[in-house]
Amino acid sequence: MKLKDILVASLFCYSAISSAETVFVTLEKDNAIAVVDPVEGKLLKTVEVGQRPRGIALSSDQQKLYIATSDDDAVIVVDVNTLKVVAKLPSGEDPETFALNSDGTKMYVSNEDDNQVTVINLIDHKAEKTVGVGVEPEGIAVSPNDEWIVSASETTNMVHWIDAKTLAIKANTLVDPRPRALSFTADGKQLWVTSEMNSSTMVIDVATKEIIKTIKFAIPAVGQEKVQPVGVVIDALQNWAYVALGPANRVAVINAKTYEVEKYLLVGARVWNLAFSPTQERLYTTNGVSHDISLIDTKNHKVTKSIAVGRYPWGLVVKK
Amino acid sequence: MLLVSNIEGVIAGNGFNIMLIRFKRMLSWLCFMRFFVLLVSFLGSGAVFSAPNQEIRVAYLTQEKKPLAALSNLDEVVKDKGWQGANLGLNDNNTTGQFTGQHYSLEKKLVALEGDVKATFLALLKENYQLIVVNLPADKLAEISALNKQQALLFDVATHTDTLRNENCMTSVLHLLPSRAMRADALAQYMRKKRWNKWFLVIGNTSEDKLYAQAIKRSAKKFAMKIVAEKTWLHSFDARRTAQADVPVFSQVDDYDVLVVADEQGLFGEYLSYRSWLPRPVIGTQGLTATAWHKTHEQWGAVQIQNRFKELAGRKMREEDYAAYLALRSIGEAATRTKEVNADSIKSYLLSAQFKLQGYKGKPLSFRPWNGQLRQPVLLAAPTSIVATPPLEGYLHPKNELDTLGFDQPEVHCQ
Repeated sequence: MKLKDILVASLFCYSAISSAETVFVTLEKDNAIAVVDPVEGKLLKTVEVGQRPRGIALSSDQQKLYIATSDDDAVIVVDVNTLKVVAKLPSGEDPETFALNSDGTKMYVSNEDDNQVTVINLIDHKAEKTVGVGVEPEGIAVSPNDEWIVSASETTNMVHWIDAKTLAIKANTLVDPRPRALSFTADGKQLWVTSEMNSSTMVIDVATKEIIKTIKFAIPAVGQEKVQPVGVVIDALQNWAYVALGPANRVAVINAKTYEVEKYLLVGARVWNLAFSPTQERLYTTNGVSHDISLIDTKNHKVTKSIAVGRYPWGLVVKK
Repeated sequence: MLLVSNIEGVIAGNGFNIMLIRFKRMLSWLCFMRFFVLLVSFLGSGAVFSAPNQEIRVAYLTQEKKPLAALSNLDEVVKDKGWQGANLGLNDNNTTGQFTGQHYSLEKKLVALEGDVKATFLALLKENYQLIVVNLPADKLAEISALNKQQALLFDVATHTDTLRNENCMTSVLHLLPSRAMRADALAQYMRKKRWNKWFLVIGNTSEDKLYAQAIKRSAKKFAMKIVAEKTWLHSFDARRTAQADVPVFSQVDDYDVLVVADEQGLFGEYLSYRSWLPRPVIGTQGLTATAWHKTHEQWGAVQIQNRFKELAGRKMREEDYAAYLALRSIGEAATRTKEVNADSIKSYLLSAQFKLQGYKGKPLSFRPWNGQLRQPVLLAAPTSIVATPPLEGYLHPKNELDTLGFDQPEVHCQ
């Protein structure tokens, strides 16, 4: 018993000292993923995965990476330990982004060229159904209670509310031009949607499907047309929301209670996607044009580090 | 959501059976309430859509063109430039329309070479078409615009003519393609950035070439560049056979940084590259060109529309197609947001600050209210790649950097 305790304690210690987490970043132009130790600030390795990897997610047991390799028309499954491709999912053409349900049994993929969402059963790896949506679907999210799949179409300028049980569209919310990313709050009551062309982010009430707040971004001395919101995340306590502003090279820090923008943090060039560390004390950003990721300290709202990762970092996930 | 969590709390407490019955009652009440909420939001004018069943009728007016002389007989002749782009825009609008209860239709009127464009236009007005995409040369556009009397909103998808955007501007016409002035400014911004300050201007002998050269001269002045030599290409010999010998002779002028060519039809400009007396880059209508769209453009989601277009048309997208696509998409955006279909409402929405169109060029597109010109980045294209996308970094504007290209508000004298 004692030995085991010591062993457990030493293991715990080891993991606490060596690294809090690992970040996996898709590199659109390197056809690879970067494996990064963010706390040490080190790029551990780069692993080739397939053509033009973009969307990335971690399975609920943290053992598999799902990666959309857009130009291979597939979502691949990668073993998180060996970093070898173990399966290919029938994602439909040109998959860019996708979302998983809470128990990890279903994947919903946006097929931009075909104006549809493909539903994949993750147990038998079969495509179950396609749902027709608006023109150029991109951002997709599943509500925390698995009731809704929400798909944003970039040219139709709507978010489509798909009933997860029947896979029928139940409602559509017209949003600002070119909606890119969406994110539910942890309590499932709000959906945040970014609009690339209107420099805005909308907060939608999930119960009524109506926009309750539109947050406009404006940065002194930065041209308004450069302010192009993409990725959005809200912390679990719903105190802060963060929006990546693309070629404005900044992340907006928004008070999630008052919807006031409190700060713009300068990160790398063309910041696109965001992910929290497991305890949410850090936020990571992918900066497409400067080929790096930035680390944001979420307590003090300061950018602490940037790590070069490879060409055109697109998406990222964080493993405990 | 609040109600649901309350129910869960109650169930977890005592008296489970009674609670279960109560829960069921509440659930049915909740279902009813949700239905009611949905009903209200469907009926209301909120963000969730109802089905108003609106028909949006768009006409497309064009005329057969006389086949023009070409540099090479092998060049593909595309007869449906513009029309296929309009169709793609129609499809996209109808995909959106299924969620808004709106349906778009497109009526094509192709006037024969010797036919009467004015009569066809009047017939369209009589049939109460209020939204008309016009793919006609500048003189024909001016003729029908004079008959319009603001009954219809016209979407010009063909002309580059500067005067139609300035002293001869027309009410109720929106121009989708960049004017010659915008193209010349885009090239000038790039040449300025490269410090190619001394230009040798070579002009063809058509009236369009002269208009292009005028725009180049205006840009040279605007960006403080110097035209050190100017020559007209006279087509006085068989260029195909003797280009190798004649271009070096023709191009012996004082030293210059860049050769700017004005040859819109493409009859001799191609011969200048690699053959000029001094080894200098060629820019303008050949060499590095300024265009609204290009087959190699793939940034900012452009790959998606390139693919969708090719699937529909079986060929690559040309700039007239892009213009007609944007015309239909502008109509779609206005109809989706205003739920109106008449020319006045569509026009006032399109000219308002609310209108922002995604055009696959990295910046929101909008119309200049002072002359109806679509603001847009201009692609600078080499034959097989995009070199730059002005407005370039550093060319500042107090309101919108896109207005560093072409005629800005104070320069425009519309009646």
